Amino acid sequence: MKQLLQGNYAVAEAVRLARVQLVAAYPITPQTPIYEKLSDMELEGKLTGVMMRTESEHSAMAACIAASLTGVRTFTATASQGLALMHEMLHFASGNRVPIVMCNVNRVVAVPWAFGSDQSDSLSQRDTGWLQFYCEDAQEALDTVIQAYKIAEQSLFPVIVAIDGFFTSHFMEPIEIPDQATVDAFLPPFSIPTRFNVEDPAFISNVVSPEQYMVYRERSFADMEKTRPIIREANREYQDIVGRGYEVVEAVNTDGAEIVLVTSGAMTSTARVAIESLRAKGYKAGLLKIKAFRPFPAEEVQEALKSVPKVAVLDRNISLGKEGIFCHELKSALYPLERRPTVTGYIAGICGADVSPEMIEDMVVEALKRDKPTDLPVWVRRETWLQKK
Amino acid sequence: MATKEIETEKEYMRSGHMGCPGCGLASTIRLVMKVLGKNTIVVMIPSCVGPISANYPNSVFEVPCFHSAFEIAAPTAAGIANALKVQGRDDIIPVAFAGDGGTFDIGLQSLSGAADRDDNFIYICLDNEAYMNTGIQSSSSTPQNVWTMTTPGGRQGKKKKFMQIIAAHRMPYAATASFGHPHDLMAKVKRAKEIKGTRFIHTLTPCPTGWRMSEDLSAKSAMLAVETKIFPLYEIIDGTEYRITHEPQGLPVSEYTKMQGRYRHFTDEDVARLQRQVDEDWEHLVAQTKGIC
Repeated sequence: MKQLLQGNYAVAEAVRLARVQLVAAYPITPQTPIYEKLSDMELEGKLTGVMMRTESEHSAMAACIAASLTGVRTFTATASQGLALMHEMLHFASGNRVPIVMCNVNRVVAVPWAFGSDQSDSLSQRDTGWLQFYCEDAQEALDTVIQAYKIAEQSLFPVIVAIDGFFTSHFMEPIEIPDQATVDAFLPPFSIPTRFNVEDPAFISNVVSPEQYMVYRERSFADMEKTRPIIREANREYQDIVGRGYEVVEAVNTDGAEIVLVTSGAMTSTARVAIESLRAKGYKAGLLKIKAFRPFPAEEVQEALKSVPKVAVLDRNISLGKEGIFCHELKSALYPLERRPTVTGYIAGICGADVSPEMIEDMVVEALKRDKPTDLPVWVRRETWLQKK
Repeated sequence: MATKEIETEKEYMRSGHMGCPGCGLASTIRLVMKVLGKNTIVVMIPSCVGPISANYPNSVFEVPCFHSAFEIAAPTAAGIANALKVQGRDDIIPVAFAGDGGTFDIGLQSLSGAADRDDNFIYICLDNEAYMNTGIQSSSSTPQNVWTMTTPGGRQGKKKKFMQIIAAHRMPYAATASFGHPHDLMAKVKRAKEIKGTRFIHTLTPCPTGWRMSEDLSAKSAMLAVETKIFPLYEIIDGTEYRITHEPQGLPVSEYTKMQGRYRHFTDEDVARLQRQVDEDWEHLVAQTKGIC
């Protein structure tokens, strides 16, 4: 049965269904409704675990790491400044190989102060050793949080599930909530190696030599590579049991396309409308949605774009001194191809600024005219777009 | 507890720590661990507890130990405590060892948060009155006018009256303790062990290296800190009920300062000022035990 829910509440439902044993959280817009909903669930006795109302996001992550090492399933949610404050702890979590799942509700990072959606908060945590999944809508967010627990616990890597602030987090959507028995069939009870055993004591995260440190990093890198089949298998299993699934990339009409638009997160829904419209007008346009950012699905991207002459990448984020971050990662993934497409990066929707299907259509048409690749992104704002019209 | 008893009890801190000779932290940890025993999970953070704990693959602890990050001794222990609660294992006690920097300075906020939630763990502050592990830099626990590498002309600020901050959190149990008075220290750890909630013990742990004194003076300086009333031994129950657990002899503070190079530049006037401050603080503490302030 479907329920009309905002994305934040859909995430909270997923946390309940995953039988999370410890939630540690701190309020921040636009994540707060997740924290509030989980508090309601706790009061109603629907949440099996303990709620820790910490004095900061930094401590929330510290508590999740410690609880996870002790052997319980943990969750936290944050956004923007909160994620930035957690940065040190993100390295600490992945280094300790704890399977924490965190929902990050994408929001700009100050300054200037603002609240709208922007992926820069979580994308700038790229090198912390967390898996990162970007969701298109609330249904995908719910399903991804549940899948994330399986992936995290099998790989012993923490996972960020990212949703767009206000768009996905606050819009009401009809959501299919699986029943508990279905989720239980997919997600077994928490079981990871015991780290604190008073009968067989060990020292966790001891000081090591440079050689030992490097070996640890090399093995961690290899282990991250091993998450790829784990992610695939978790999705296949989820699809079998729950009836829905999401690949690390989704290619729509990319075969034989003259141009493919690459998107991530909530803007993908708008892009689907734009691509439909372009196809109706006779353009051979396709869409590639990237869901997994870490590990980056390089092979899947190559496979989808190997015969495509032109690519436009839509980024709701910016790396000063370079370009949109998905665009940058995508270009790097395409490097091994013999015939590389001409890629143009578009920056739009920063801070939740309006991006209409018509604006996206114009980006695709413009990218189609380009013959030379550039590292300089094209900034598309509604105001300047209207002036051009 | 008799001295003989301490000597024969099982050790949960092994020999072979990598601290400096005469380290007050190491002696304090040893006594604490004797009382806490087997069902303990040690949380430590960057501090002199790091070298004391030894490097991979060695461990000085005979119980599980986690080297957490600098500012999160309390929420780490709290996270473990809550996980143990979920697992029905609250017979196991997480104990956090943190230095004065990790407690008075960078870890103050997160300690406050954990104490506010009354999470179930014991916090031992090992106070050697400066960032000794990084090589003697001033912290907000360094006494006024004392020399450190970052206060070569003497520290301007006064030592933070940390137990007042702790008392303000109304923790079920808080105490000061010193390895110079081992029976008192162990009795307090035992008392803390029998109570639930956030428990805090502030220990003064002399550092021969940073205090610029001979390594055989560690225990003596610890004792003198208490007997000069510079570091009185007391308990605070529920943040309100103060109890002095050892009546100090009231020796002149110069007995304590003259043995330490970090006070070497003190003039007679400086010592007299310190004496006045110590006397005032003592009177205030006595008034607190009578519920007067």
